Amino acid sequence: MASLRCALRAGRNAVTVVVRREFHRSAPASVQVTVRDALNQAMDEELERDERVFLLGEEVAQYDGAYKVSRGLWKKYGDQRIIDTPITEMGFTGIAVGAAMAGLRPICEFMTFNFSMQAIDQVINSAAKTNYMSAGLQSVPIVFRGPNGASAGVAAQHSQCFAAWYGHCPGLKVVSPWSAEDARGLLKAAIRDDNPVVFLENELMYGVPFEMSEESQSKDFTIPFGKAKIERQGSHVTLVAHSRYVSHCLDAAAVLAKEGVECEVVNLRSIRPLDVECIEASVMKTNHLVTVEGGWPQFGVGAEICARIMEGPAFNYLDAPVTRVTGVDIPMPYAKILEDNSLPQIKDIIFSIKKTLNI
Amino acid sequence: MKSMLTAFSKALCKLTGRNVVSFHCGAIVSSRTFADFTPKASFDIKKCIVHRLEEGPSEQVELTREDGLHYYRTMQTVRRMELKADQLYKQKIIRGFCHLYDGQEACAMGIEAAINPTDHVITAYRSHGYTYIRGVSVQKVLAELTGRKGGVAKGKGGSMHMYAPNFYGGNGIVGAQVPLGAGIALACKYQGNNQLCVALYGDGAANQGQIFETFNMAALWKLPCIFVCENNMYGMGTSVERSSASTDYFRRGDFIPGLRVDGMDLLCVREATRFAADHCRSGKGPIIMELQTYRYHGHSMSDPGVSYRSREEIQDVRSKSDPITMLKDRMLGAKMATMEEFKAIDAEIRKEVDEAALFATSDPEPPLDDLCNHIFHNDAPLEVRGVNPWTKLKSVS
Repeated sequence: MASLRCALRAGRNAVTVVVRREFHRSAPASVQVTVRDALNQAMDEELERDERVFLLGEEVAQYDGAYKVSRGLWKKYGDQRIIDTPITEMGFTGIAVGAAMAGLRPICEFMTFNFSMQAIDQVINSAAKTNYMSAGLQSVPIVFRGPNGASAGVAAQHSQCFAAWYGHCPGLKVVSPWSAEDARGLLKAAIRDDNPVVFLENELMYGVPFEMSEESQSKDFTIPFGKAKIERQGSHVTLVAHSRYVSHCLDAAAVLAKEGVECEVVNLRSIRPLDVECIEASVMKTNHLVTVEGGWPQFGVGAEICARIMEGPAFNYLDAPVTRVTGVDIPMPYAKILEDNSLPQIKDIIFSIKKTLNI
Repeated sequence: MKSMLTAFSKALCKLTGRNVVSFHCGAIVSSRTFADFTPKASFDIKKCIVHRLEEGPSEQVELTREDGLHYYRTMQTVRRMELKADQLYKQKIIRGFCHLYDGQEACAMGIEAAINPTDHVITAYRSHGYTYIRGVSVQKVLAELTGRKGGVAKGKGGSMHMYAPNFYGGNGIVGAQVPLGAGIALACKYQGNNQLCVALYGDGAANQGQIFETFNMAALWKLPCIFVCENNMYGMGTSVERSSASTDYFRRGDFIPGLRVDGMDLLCVREATRFAADHCRSGKGPIIMELQTYRYHGHSMSDPGVSYRSREEIQDVRSKSDPITMLKDRMLGAKMATMEEFKAIDAEIRKEVDEAALFATSDPEPPLDDLCNHIFHNDAPLEVRGVNPWTKLKSVS
């Protein structure tokens, strides 16, 4: 993975697509694409492919998107398909769900998932549960997307991770992309899915460029839900993360490799359904498991992974209890030093790995 | 003579019946000929109070004999279906929530009479009447209430979650259906199909913030949505005076034009809905109708309905304003039909409802392997965790 550029913690502005010839491992037709551009291209292609698809949310149209994810789309598709809404989450989310019930395929953007709490009833009770309650008579093909989790310096009300909240509910599919390839493939799959999908992006990842293979640039490239990806092979410990913390795990792995510890890094991609088989197969190989997430520990993604591992065949292969590395169990503080110490840092991951391995 | 009457009644069925409404059209029991009945009559209706409108619906309307008999039959079927549900609930065959619509029949019927089957309707939890009127048989409604596999949602939904083509339920969260309705209207406008959506809510829901958020967007984007407030004067146990700083629900849309309508008079509701539908279809955007109506039952079957209102009040409305009686008296007065005809229709409905109830009490409950189905639409089968780690259940779409 040496060709991966990980501009961590920076949230730098988008570097648009740069075609570059790489002389080592990558395929000749691969390009560098930021997560932002991957999302933008995915939406553009799906809008073009199916005229029932439309995007609504705050500032998505004329402002080009609060984080510029929808740049250029309004200019290309116009008012009917890219809709600026007033700041009324409960109302516009309900409108989006109703439109999905009546045959359209909305993409409902939350400026951040913190604001989705105002609309969570529409997501859960109107969208997630309806196909079941109607015994299949009424489907809701909708995507709820936006940045999730901590950003930088935005403090308590703007930093919450909702992976566990939405991951709890049957009737939803919940995905959390890390790389540009993840973003593109999962978003296309989400838009084509006939069910409600919660698509958790990360603001700090928007500007990060990744290499994208030729295959992943195809217009029909989709990534199936419920399948994790092994980003790095290893034999001593399994690290499981989603979204931004995949980068942290890879960095920790790079440091530990110099000490002779080989970490296997699993990029979950999907929160619900969770790819337990992938984690189990890895644990059965490495005998050690460390989960890493930005969300709070109680009832979180790591907690669920622990429970599932205990219930399955991999339990007998563990040489140590599973370790969870999580955000600190507090509302997010503002001051930089406090914020930095509220979230897992690479040193925290390394520390936890060594404790788990008893080294 | 009899075969002529049979042929006539069959023609009547074809004229009035939609192919989704399964009502039984028997021969008309009467010795009078067709020529004895007034085929069409004019009636005066109460004037609607208007808000931000130059003029309101007409105050004189026409009713044909066929339409009148159809409306009577439909409203009476809803009435009897709801009373049967009351009975089944008291026998504990129906469980959980059961919010009955008796007294409000003119609202659902009047609206349906003025819109097309291709238009869309969404309401809250007092939904059985709308479910029937939008095309689900009494049998499928009652079987859903009793939680059987023959119910419209296969027993998965219950009282508040019944659906039909162009009918989006049945919604349990107060007020949530209103933004959904505006979204359906947005889809109509987006698809350019000249359809509209009727989004209903009660006086209790009328103060919900999401409704005002919806009003704003519907007006801004000129969505073809008729917002209908069924004001039955009580939100559960709270009278309108105790819940609302303004009880002029037809004005609460502020910049959205509104009508206050006599919701006990079917013809009033129909005329107002025609007016409202024209407004929407002409591209003027949304409109609000407040239907002043009344429910005989309490809020739900758990509420006797007499702790916050008097029995005299209920009796008063029943004797002076019952919507079915009002229609019947009008038609009798104008010699549009006979008492015998109405009695015959009543008998047919009683039979239909009794048969439906028999089905609803004898049909089996859904099979256990349906437990996890329909989580997703159009999806590969998936495994679902059961109550313990060894129980792995299967879900198909």
